[in-house]
Amino acid sequence: MPEGVVNGAYLVAATLFILGLRGLATVRGARRGNVFSSLGMLVAIVVTLLDRKIIGFELVAVGLGVGAALGAILAVRVHMTAMPQLVAAFNGFGGGASALVAGSAIASGTVMTAATELQAVAAGAVSGLVGALTFAGSAVAWGKLQEVLRWQPGNTSIQHGVNGVLAVVTLALFALVIVDVSLQWPFWALVVAAAILGVRLTLPIGGADMPVVIALLNSASGLAAAATGFVLSNNVLIIGGALVGASGFILTTLMSRAMNRSVLSVLFGTLGPTEGGPGDEIYEGRIKRTSPEETALLLHDARSVMIVPGYGMAVAQAQHAVRDLSAELERRGVEVKFAIHPVAGRMPGHMNVLLAEADVPYEQLFDLEQLVGAFAQTDVALVIGANDVVNPLAREDPTSPIYGMPILDVDKAHTVIVIKRSLSPGFAGIPNTLFAAPNTAMLFGDGEDAVRELIGELKVTG
Amino acid sequence: MEVFILALTVFLLAAFIGFEVITKVPPTLHTPLMSGANAISGISIVGAIIAAGAQQTPLAAALGLAALILATVNVVGGFLVTHRMLSMFRSRKK
Repeated sequence: MPEGVVNGAYLVAATLFILGLRGLATVRGARRGNVFSSLGMLVAIVVTLLDRKIIGFELVAVGLGVGAALGAILAVRVHMTAMPQLVAAFNGFGGGASALVAGSAIASGTVMTAATELQAVAAGAVSGLVGALTFAGSAVAWGKLQEVLRWQPGNTSIQHGVNGVLAVVTLALFALVIVDVSLQWPFWALVVAAAILGVRLTLPIGGADMPVVIALLNSASGLAAAATGFVLSNNVLIIGGALVGASGFILTTLMSRAMNRSVLSVLFGTLGPTEGGPGDEIYEGRIKRTSPEETALLLHDARSVMIVPGYGMAVAQAQHAVRDLSAELERRGVEVKFAIHPVAGRMPGHMNVLLAEADVPYEQLFDLEQLVGAFAQTDVALVIGANDVVNPLAREDPTSPIYGMPILDVDKAHTVIVIKRSLSPGFAGIPNTLFAAPNTAMLFGDGEDAVRELIGELKVTG
Repeated sequence: MEVFILALTVFLLAAFIGFEVITKVPPTLHTPLMSGANAISGISIVGAIIAAGAQQTPLAAALGLAALILATVNVVGGFLVTHRMLSMFRSRKK
């Protein structure tokens, strides 16, 4: 096939990727967008298969067959709660593939005969480094999210020192790959060093910071693909990789802003000030308990209800019960909205998917920006499994570790009901002044049981 | 050098388009965005097919095969799971 046709087809594929991502601007256009992106990928694959560079199809058929079967099984069987793990795994596969393609190009010597020798080798080294780091880091992230990997070493200065040395070794190997292009071993040493670094950087990161880590690895998998595009002088790899790199970067920024953390503090494990701020004494004598009966009466008389779900709700598998409660309230003419903080789930947008799975219409889901001022117009705010993201200390107490974090202003609602097992703190490890507020009542208990009881009481109320 | 500058130009323009397009994605769709973008990063499947099929050396072909399996899982699984998620988003019944 003439090169012009091949490159033209790659251009079509790249255009379809862009149109596909653009489709995600609205929920309506999103499914079509995903079809566009997949079509783009199909075009790229088919034209590559028809290209004359392919002489043996057996290996290609095996690779495509095995990969497609595995991918389909994983995609069909995954539970929506396990989506962060799956995306982490896929990030790692993408990064690993990019590193291996670069390795194959270096092993076969195609890079060395290219007219653009130095750039190609340098790009190959970048691809090997970023790809291996992404693969290893994603493997650790997967293990943590899947909870098969519970070990979390401390982030001491000795650890930082070791990582620093490792980073220097990695850079030295990187230089060696470029300086002597006839040697192959520095490339593989670089891949190994980068993989070790990936493991060591991800291991100390705690569960609460995983949304940032997944987004960052997402970005890295894109950059690895783009670097491989530089090795092969292939535009569709460069464009596809750049798009993913940009997407992951935006999500990383959004997530760290939502958590009031910088990317560096996530990676190097420095928390904000933990001293200062009130202790558990703020709860003394200020906690009001309520019962499902009382809460049902309150909801019965409300005109607007805001449900604020946190990850605790998903852990308790209470989203279906919550959907039933919402439907029951709407049947009575109550306006029900869901207030969703960016870090309500384990990855960006995770809570929205969990609620969509439970059949909550997407028009009922609102994000931080859409909710500015909304709580003041709300009769009852129902907090289920959320904690730090509704803590007024983030607004009021400059000494608090979460000060400055964007929160949902739940305390501004007329009445607040918090469904929670106990007064235990959230990830930030600090007490929540919302629980002690005069307009708050606590409904202690398991999320799903409490919501089911509420529905029962509502039906009795008639 | 010229080839490199050309490639860099393409990279930067694509990154800018990416920023423009992706800032318009609402938070509700951030998980499908991530899994869908993730599938796109499996575009290294193109390089993997060439590496596995060009049969330069046995080592290069073996690396190519491993790359191809990883990339195909990434592509097929990524698009499929994105489709599954997007099918769950339902509008309010009129």
